[in-house]
Amino acid sequence: MDTIIRPTSRAPERGGPAQPLLLATGLRKHFPIPGGILGRATRVVRAVDDLTLSVAKGETLGVVGESGCGKSTVARLLIRLIKPDLGSVVLDGDPVEEPHGITVSELRRQVQMVFQDSYASLNPRLTIVETIAFAPRAHGLPATEAKDRARDLLAKVGLEPNTFAERYPHELSGGQRQRVNIARALALRPRLVILDEAVSALDKSVEAQVLNMLVDLKEELGLTYLFISHDLNVVQYLSDRVMVMYLGKIVEIGGVEAIYGNPQHPYTRALLSARPSMDPRKRTQEAPIQGDPPNPIDPPSGCRFRTRCPFAEDVCARLEPPLADAGPQAVACHMRVPGSGHSKAA
Amino acid sequence: MSNLLSVKDLHVTFRTPDRTVHAVNGVSFDVKRGETLGILGESGSGKSVTLRSILKLHPEHRTKWSGSITLEGDEILTMTGRDLANLRGNRVSMIFQEPATAFDPVFTIGQQISETVRRHTGKSHADSMKRAKELLELVRIPSPATRLNAYPHEMSGGMRQRAMIALALSCNPSLLLADEPTTALDATVQIQVLLLIRELQRELDLGVIFVTHDIGVAVEVSDRVGVMYAGKLVELASVEQMVDTPKHPYSRGLLASTVHDGMRGQRLEAIPGAPPDLAEVPAACSFAPRCKFVEPKCLASPPPLNSVGDSHLVRCVVAA
Repeated sequence: MDTIIRPTSRAPERGGPAQPLLLATGLRKHFPIPGGILGRATRVVRAVDDLTLSVAKGETLGVVGESGCGKSTVARLLIRLIKPDLGSVVLDGDPVEEPHGITVSELRRQVQMVFQDSYASLNPRLTIVETIAFAPRAHGLPATEAKDRARDLLAKVGLEPNTFAERYPHELSGGQRQRVNIARALALRPRLVILDEAVSALDKSVEAQVLNMLVDLKEELGLTYLFISHDLNVVQYLSDRVMVMYLGKIVEIGGVEAIYGNPQHPYTRALLSARPSMDPRKRTQEAPIQGDPPNPIDPPSGCRFRTRCPFAEDVCARLEPPLADAGPQAVACHMRVPGSGHSKAA
Repeated sequence: MSNLLSVKDLHVTFRTPDRTVHAVNGVSFDVKRGETLGILGESGSGKSVTLRSILKLHPEHRTKWSGSITLEGDEILTMTGRDLANLRGNRVSMIFQEPATAFDPVFTIGQQISETVRRHTGKSHADSMKRAKELLELVRIPSPATRLNAYPHEMSGGMRQRAMIALALSCNPSLLLADEPTTALDATVQIQVLLLIRELQRELDLGVIFVTHDIGVAVEVSDRVGVMYAGKLVELASVEQMVDTPKHPYSRGLLASTVHDGMRGQRLEAIPGAPPDLAEVPAACSFAPRCKFVEPKCLASPPPLNSVGDSHLVRCVVAA
């Protein structure tokens, strides 16, 4: 019986190209806030609420939203760094941590993650080559083979192995460290890489280098990306589909042309028009929406965007809008639901 | 119009027992009243060090300044003690990237603003509180009277940044220094604060120096833009000139490598390599190792800042 998985090759393709590589259904995560009587939690942060998403094989799904919208929590739930309160994750047909499914460690072999802080995510006492070889060794690859693989990967991410292999994280620049993190994520030959604000801390000239490299690696290794960022321009550049989140919910999801070319949700529109202009003759004259995003501890009833929405009506406070198809994208807005009771509903 | 602030050949060196960093290596620029100068650069380019030098915020014993910074004719670099304290907040004030750490967490917003007003104007407690309320109105904080009694942690990021702008403007400074004030804010909040700074600058006829790494942000607020690299201004031009016809290979590279609308599917023109270590004073063009137009004369001596048209300056021997 094949119980020891030797990560010498990548997990085989299963289920055909039409089966989503990753399917998450009804994910929910509420973080209790201690501080009531006897330290009992009286309030909860509703970080992610009943969220369903699928990632198709070979695509890049971009996730955008402001701080506190739950985009990083989604990433951590998908890779089980935190356990969801509710919901399931299915990787290419195999449910995670369920009978007849796969284990969390097998999930993490096939799904890897790159974090924003390139320094905090590397062990300062390991050399670069040790860091990259660590996971393959932990998964049973002999030391010499793991080291060879690490050196190959260093070359792939544009770091000359003879120069960099024996260095420590503090001897590298931010851009170089993020290349190491990407190499480490690729060391187990994953199928899906989750990039959580992976280029956000980099300077623009270095960010462009890393973005080019991500495009090349995806092509060469046949990867699928989940790309999380607050930078709408970078998400547009890299993604095939885009998911817009607000206070733990998906407000709009669809192809990149549809979302950027014809946004349907008032929040998506506001987010897109809040981007600074690149033309001094066409400066922004008015802020698209006022105020800050509300606290996810007590999100507004009904539609969570209604407190900042210029089109909010009674129905928006009473009912939560479903995520419904609206042409090429899906939108959670009462204005797009016929007969919802909103005066602008079609 | 005469210059409000004049920086001439500013050099800033930091010394520690282990090493020396030449953070700023000869920066010169002027700012007029009612004008916003954007300073654009990547981390380590010396943009924040230049800005902080205008208030002499670096520790005296480790920092060596040379050159000259004059505000309405008064030399700042030789100021000490009481003179410096009177300059800070009263004639020049500053807003920072992280409003949460710029405020004292144990005093209310009203206490902190009114304290500054009292220190610089000698007003009574009641009068200074009244002034604090006016200031919160000025920065468009809703229900300012209640907000005076709020502690910094009770406000959202956008509100705190508005309150910090109110604090900075409390003594009617003529020059406002902004060090990446919107970088930590969410997209929909960032644009609100940028528009506020733009409006206040016009309303109060302020000189503003706005340091940022984000080209879009610089375009939204600036009249002129300076690009810094390795402790030097490599290009200084009007914002239109900078966006339409950038001359320095670094400015061009920075604009080309910034992702924006309509670049999908194109390969980005990344600048290879990384900025230099500033342990030595650069003996040649600092950008030469990363520049695709490099020529032997670039490595011979540091290039001068040449004029390439109507108040458009470029530090490059190839482009000029």
